[in-house]
Amino acid sequence: MSIQEIIKQFEPRQHNLLNILHALQDIHPQQYLTEDALDETARYLKLTKSSVYGVARYYTMFSLQPRGRYIIRVCASAVCELLKVNSLIAALEDLLGIKTGETTADHLFSLELSECLGQCQEAPSMMVNDQVFNNLDNERIREIIGQFRQTAAGS
Amino acid sequence: MAIQEQRLVLKNIGHIDPENIRDYLGAGGYEGLKKALSMEPAAVIEAIVDSGLRGRGGAGFPSGLKQRFTNDSRPGCRERYVVVNADEGEPGTFKDRVIMEQDPHLYLEGTIIAAYAIGASQAYIYIRGEYYESIRKTQKAIDDAYAAGFLGKDILGSGYSLDVGIKLGAGSYLCGEELTMLESLEGKRGNPRIKPPFPAEKGAFNKPTLVNNVETLANIPLIIARGQEWYRGIGTGDSPGTKIFTISGQVEKPGCYELPMGVSLRQLIELAGGMRGGKSFKSALLGGAAGTFVDESMLDTPMSFDKLREKGATLGSGAVIVMAEGDSVYDILHNCLRFFRHESCGKCVPCRVGTTQLVRKADKLRNGQPGREKLLSEMLRESEVMAATSLCPLGQSPILPVESAIRYFKKELLDGEA
Repeated sequence: MSIQEIIKQFEPRQHNLLNILHALQDIHPQQYLTEDALDETARYLKLTKSSVYGVARYYTMFSLQPRGRYIIRVCASAVCELLKVNSLIAALEDLLGIKTGETTADHLFSLELSECLGQCQEAPSMMVNDQVFNNLDNERIREIIGQFRQTAAGS
Repeated sequence: MAIQEQRLVLKNIGHIDPENIRDYLGAGGYEGLKKALSMEPAAVIEAIVDSGLRGRGGAGFPSGLKQRFTNDSRPGCRERYVVVNADEGEPGTFKDRVIMEQDPHLYLEGTIIAAYAIGASQAYIYIRGEYYESIRKTQKAIDDAYAAGFLGKDILGSGYSLDVGIKLGAGSYLCGEELTMLESLEGKRGNPRIKPPFPAEKGAFNKPTLVNNVETLANIPLIIARGQEWYRGIGTGDSPGTKIFTISGQVEKPGCYELPMGVSLRQLIELAGGMRGGKSFKSALLGGAAGTFVDESMLDTPMSFDKLREKGATLGSGAVIVMAEGDSVYDILHNCLRFFRHESCGKCVPCRVGTTQLVRKADKLRNGQPGREKLLSEMLRESEVMAATSLCPLGQSPILPVESAIRYFKKELLDGEA
């Protein structure tokens, strides 16, 4: 769907802004908000560009930079830290060859940290796009990354 | 004494298919709504007042009074809203997610009853953006409720109409604070509003608004269906009903446990299978980052809003993060302080500067610089100033973990060793 088609699914009222930004970001293969997307949104809602940018930049889930096809969000909150998530973050950085906050050169993965994902009953946890992965350890992380690499190679 | 769970809010979990409204109906679902619609709205409010239900989002404010204030405010204003706070983000808390994923009709039914009570014709459910599964299941529940006549025009022939829609959060803890949530819901940055005015007077779109947590609303169908006297008989006098505790960290069986208010931490840990690997208990962080550390001297204190408050601790959202011997209170405190720094919106100076200063000072503690005693008193002073002068609960919260960590674990913080 085009930017226009997505936007038109919503009533042109400011209170739909976050839902619109989510929808626009979700359809982009690199999961970010393009300048066009933000401009169109501003025009449609009759808001200033600056207020739409202000909102897009405020919220952690929105990105104005291209990201990977798979966004890895590792929970870095208290419970996961207690259960040694820091060593897993280091392992992920090694495995992907990037630092937290970066995207792999093949545009496949972005590695981000998240506040509590609410999965503490099976911590440590992370999400890859909309999928949740719990009870993580080094082996499990390698498996998960391997699976996503395979899926990407097959498509 | 061993204790048993008392599942009221969680009674359907694992027994029904959350995506099948017939399952929910078969388990007595929407009976509370039917009864409520046969009552005058004012009588519904009185029933909630009499039940003694208190908000389960953290503050523990009496829910019935909140309904009454919202209902009574600005009588000439016909437009009013219910906003469901489903922006669960307090570290260690996952109860609302479990309700939304496993029994979404329960809190939706509570939402409809609350909206009927205060005469709202529109409700919004504000769900955090990362909770994809909760969003999906809630949307399905809303669609099915419309199809079954529990939402939309003239609900069950009562003449009462209500629409419900989902609003998405996008990764801001602060938006779980009610006034900030309303800003976000209106399509703005998540900066807090000054209160008063409270949402009951000027909430969403500046209209009278009732903001309730998911777990709070999930209690309402039960109270209406079974009566307020029944409800008052559960829990403690000051905090009737059950509370869903989310216990995590160093226990054998972390998870959601629903218990009458007043259960002790020791009983809760036993219920969660005891300490992981037989380790010994060191501390629990109660209520998440905006919560308090306790040590073993608090193991037998009844966990209710007021009993914990008397002892300088918090119940908060019901998060219980258990730490064992060998775990570092310093590390977890540092984690909480980094969290506040990251989530501070920057609108008011005490919080913007204070959250950064607290992390810097905590860094120095780790680096083993001299004058640790002085650093600790500076951290305490900083968080006191923040508590007194910050605009919203975020800046007012660091005092809780800072003060309690120093109170119970000063030696460890000074020695730099767990």
